[in-house]
Amino acid sequence: MSNTWYEKTAHEIRDAVRAGDVSAAEVTESCLDRIAAVDGQLKAFIDVWNDAARAQAAQVDAKIKNGEDPGPLAGVPIGLKDVLCTKQGTTTCCSQILKGYRSPFDATAVERLADAGAVFVGKLNMDEFAMGSSTENSSLQTTKNPWNLECVPGGSSGGSAAAVAGHECAITLGSDTGGSIRQPAACCGCVGLKPTYGRVSRFGLVAFASSLDQIGPFTKDVEDCALVLNAICGRDLRDSTSADLPVPDFTQALKGDVSGMKLGMPKEYFTDALGAEMREKIDTAIKVLEGQGAEIVEVSLPHTDYAVATYYIICTAEASANLARFDGVRYGYRAPGVTNVDELYRKTKTEGYGPEVRRRIMLGTYVLSSGYYDAYYLKAQKVRSLIQRDFNEAFERCDAIVTPTAPTPAFKIGEKSSDPLEMYLSDIYTISVNLAGLPGMSLPCGLTASGLPAGLQIIAKPFDEETLLRVAYTYEQNRGFELAMPAALRAQ
Amino acid sequence: MANITKADVEYVAGLAQLTLDEATKERLVAEMGDILGYMDKLNELDTTGVEPMMHVLEMSNVFRDDVVTPSLPRETALMNAPKTDGEYFLVPRILDTE
Repeated sequence: MSNTWYEKTAHEIRDAVRAGDVSAAEVTESCLDRIAAVDGQLKAFIDVWNDAARAQAAQVDAKIKNGEDPGPLAGVPIGLKDVLCTKQGTTTCCSQILKGYRSPFDATAVERLADAGAVFVGKLNMDEFAMGSSTENSSLQTTKNPWNLECVPGGSSGGSAAAVAGHECAITLGSDTGGSIRQPAACCGCVGLKPTYGRVSRFGLVAFASSLDQIGPFTKDVEDCALVLNAICGRDLRDSTSADLPVPDFTQALKGDVSGMKLGMPKEYFTDALGAEMREKIDTAIKVLEGQGAEIVEVSLPHTDYAVATYYIICTAEASANLARFDGVRYGYRAPGVTNVDELYRKTKTEGYGPEVRRRIMLGTYVLSSGYYDAYYLKAQKVRSLIQRDFNEAFERCDAIVTPTAPTPAFKIGEKSSDPLEMYLSDIYTISVNLAGLPGMSLPCGLTASGLPAGLQIIAKPFDEETLLRVAYTYEQNRGFELAMPAALRAQ
Repeated sequence: MANITKADVEYVAGLAQLTLDEATKERLVAEMGDILGYMDKLNELDTTGVEPMMHVLEMSNVFRDDVVTPSLPRETALMNAPKTDGEYFLVPRILDTE
């Protein structure tokens, strides 16, 4: 009968598979059964790859049988955000304009996970083209928060967060342009990590805002994050912005010790905008780290208040350029009944994109247009320099920065979908990290009185994911609570 | 407060190759006004002498040896095309001719 391997972490599964205690096939069946049991409620997956997953698991089992090394993620079931190109199935960014699109290649991160022995179980829901903070902008379905089915899972990688929190698979990949890994990880109570810009190849990641986008993992614990980073980081000739730097063994950073480290609390993040209950959760989490020997220092990021405006100028400008390629000529949707090529472009784009994507293309086109370029785009690039400078100065006084991930827990479905500006402001604590190109991570730090997860964000210097993991692991080992299975999904 | 008019929305929609209905135009006049108004906040900052950030990493050009590598086979490159004759992507007529 159905086993409970779906509840396990990736390192538990990997150890058991490699030791021969369980087959990759059994683990895969457990997750596929779990998806069949709960995804009708959660709606995290847009496509489940039952047959392909079984075939991949059989390959892992065959390797073990033949005495070959099955890899550091042997038999670990992994789900992929639909923004990642995969030869298997379709790659649509949950947009009608890419409906049915079949990628001729796998994203580098996907290829590297496959080489590590992963078993891919399917593609996950997201805000269309990763534009949103609630996954309500998907053109396909609305994903539910496993902790409260009336709430959003956050976004844009809401499917990736809900799938891990709902124990549908051990690991998922998402992408983070302004918080799209960390904010949903916080909303759903899982671990989410956005690596330094350039750490992970963006080859095969459908571009939203190319100077901000980065691929990263959702996991059940910090150790699993290190395993994923070991597999996906490093130079790739197919992405010239991927950094030519050595990749350490990130598991070496899982030391459980922060004594002598300085952790900065940016005073601009701890204002009245942060709800009292969230403030208390973050303070408690920071006390845990202090109790483990970290010194807490106040730092200042004086341009924090300008980050949302800067971000939405830069990301919409880049999006308007990136999305120009979807024109109905080489792939994707083509509007029917057009008589000339100009009409082909116009009708295809107008019919193919949803309201939020159209809104961002309009904003991006405006801020890049003649007469407004200097006032908006160039100004934003200058303020982006100031925001990066703030972090450089703060890191002269501390080794890592600790903040809330989001100002509130997950909000209700429909609550913010009619006010785009209010939705944009839910990214207030995460977007500066993308603007400055830094690594950032969100960790569960307890449940609110209403039973929703709160998230602690840790930010480190460029290419210092090891410090992120070290602080995160120490917190996780000493936080003094276990996250139970979300009540709505128990005993399925 | 950025003052966005319907003419502005129509002009930008033209640049972005979007055809918007009247209701969408009206909504965008309000929403873009709100959002761009919020962005005007950046004018509070004096950025004289601040270099615009062109790239978040300190990078110069990335070169590789100029070696020919395999590219996608034609049928693979065409497999997602809405319309093709097997050799080319087909689109409606571009030039008006008699």
